[in-house]
Amino acid sequence: MISLDLLVNAIVAGILLGGFYAAVTVGVTISFGMLDIANIAQPAFILLGCYAAYLTNGWWGLDPIVTGIVMTPFFFVLGMVVYRLYYYAFERRGDQAIQGLAFFFGLLFVGEVSLVLIFGVDYRFVEAPYIGPSIHIGWVDLPLRMLFPCIGALIMVGITQLYLTRSFIGRAILAVSQDPGALQLMAASPTKIKQIAVGISIATCSVAGSFLIIIQPVEPSIGRDYIGRIFAICVLGGMTSMPGMLVAAMLLGVVENITSTFYGPSWSPAVAFGLLLVTLAVRPSGLLGRQ
Amino acid sequence: MRNGFFWAILFAVGLILVVALRLLISNDYFYFAGYVILQYIVLSTAWNILGGYTGYTNFGTGAFFAVGAYSSVVMHKLPALLLAAFQWKIPPIPLPVMILVGGCVSGLIGLGTGYLTLRLRGVFFAIATLALSIVVQTLIVNWSFVGGSRGVYIIRPAMAPLGGGYIQYLFTLMALMAVIAVGIARSIERSRLGLGFHAIRDDEQAAEASGVPTLRLKLISTTISGGLMGMAGAPLPYYIAHLDPTSSFDLQYAVNSVAMPVIGGLTNWIGPVIGAILLGSIQQLGTVGFFLDLSIPPTFNLLIVGLLLILFVIIAPNGIVGLVRSWLGRRET
Repeated sequence: MISLDLLVNAIVAGILLGGFYAAVTVGVTISFGMLDIANIAQPAFILLGCYAAYLTNGWWGLDPIVTGIVMTPFFFVLGMVVYRLYYYAFERRGDQAIQGLAFFFGLLFVGEVSLVLIFGVDYRFVEAPYIGPSIHIGWVDLPLRMLFPCIGALIMVGITQLYLTRSFIGRAILAVSQDPGALQLMAASPTKIKQIAVGISIATCSVAGSFLIIIQPVEPSIGRDYIGRIFAICVLGGMTSMPGMLVAAMLLGVVENITSTFYGPSWSPAVAFGLLLVTLAVRPSGLLGRQ
Repeated sequence: MRNGFFWAILFAVGLILVVALRLLISNDYFYFAGYVILQYIVLSTAWNILGGYTGYTNFGTGAFFAVGAYSSVVMHKLPALLLAAFQWKIPPIPLPVMILVGGCVSGLIGLGTGYLTLRLRGVFFAIATLALSIVVQTLIVNWSFVGGSRGVYIIRPAMAPLGGGYIQYLFTLMALMAVIAVGIARSIERSRLGLGFHAIRDDEQAAEASGVPTLRLKLISTTISGGLMGMAGAPLPYYIAHLDPTSSFDLQYAVNSVAMPVIGGLTNWIGPVIGAILLGSIQQLGTVGFFLDLSIPPTFNLLIVGLLLILFVIIAPNGIVGLVRSWLGRRET
């Protein structure tokens, strides 16, 4: 029999984990979901965020989340550079789908291998006062190292959603995602807006990376596990919708956590990816997708 | 060149090369390195049938490759299992049979992937194949009969057919597979099948509208591609002697099998061969410290592959074949 408190704990932990997954996926929802730029190198940028947090934490004892937020402008610029490169090499030439994908795949791989060469394959971790203790409510445990990233992720998703729906550039990004041709007729350049959007998308990696290294020790190849999760959530959430993405992230977190609680952690990766395969095969428009 | 004629030449070249090498070179290391390069010729040619001809990017090479390898492990352990369970005595299964079976199993998985993803275009297909490789890896990790996450030791038979050591035997088999893979790729390229693949790559909807049976062709493409990858993986347990999920599903297989055709040239059978020989040799020579007398760590080799991949897709999207073609074209005019 399944014991009730185990199940409730698994669900709560799954929701917390799902919040973190949402933080990781915000960027891809913007770049891939809205703008059709299949940036499968996103995990490499997230890992870069992890190692930035690791270094500042080791040198000056800085709080990883603070580092994550402080580093966002640099990641923003990095994202704009990557998009410029992508634009000149692929988008301008027209339909070069395979080459564009191969470009990001190469980027992912180069990022991972560079990190291996610099930091080695040892697990790295950070120190912060909230890693370790947890809050107990009845028989439900809320570990702070999961709770902080989850709350942070909710704030992040909220800010992004507000920015996209309320600000001028945010609305322009949504407009590009709906009809770039029409936007051009309004005398706005889709390229410039896309550049900003990809910048934002990579900037979120800085914060998401700091969350990741709080949640678990990090080594360069773990980024790979996140490719499937990120894209599974993005597709499951209906590609363009932030609330849909959040729901999908929580769902994946809960399913994954229940699987690892009751069947063992070695099965949990298959759950995420199996869910992705089934979603892609059965309902490619996602849970809350348009259509 | 007619197809039959090309096959004959290909076999003759392969045979002469293998016989000459085996007469001239006795250093075992040469065969270990040559095996890897030949294996990459098979993998990148197989990848190109789906990726280059049909236009579907497969990042799951590792899955098909490892399924071939693990089907060999199962067949290697089968005689002992049958003896213990039913007292049935069967002789050890010969390697060529394992290669055929491995190819069939991976081909079936390719067919399944094709069915599962038949509604997916471009990026989604690529992501689905990445997901597939993780799902298959998780299944293998949790399957204790084939060693689970700890891996499995396979002892090479002491005696090898065709004379010479076992590694020479593996090398010869892999050379044969490379010949077959390249022959298949070229035959497809010159056939109606190849025309259909190209139509799908250029515009799937237009192809469907003009009466190209896109679904059937896609399934054929995924099956052939997956099957060849499985064949390339089948001898792997005997090559490395200790097979574990982390190394057999390594991302380097996926990266190399994407990078080699892209760097060589996507639309031509010779492209993946050039790419595989070039990148494969660089990696093998780098590992033994051929350049500057420095032994370059394997991770650094992979960094070079990744950087070359990025460089080529940006500067020369049609690969070396494309560069040569545009150079020849310019000279003629």
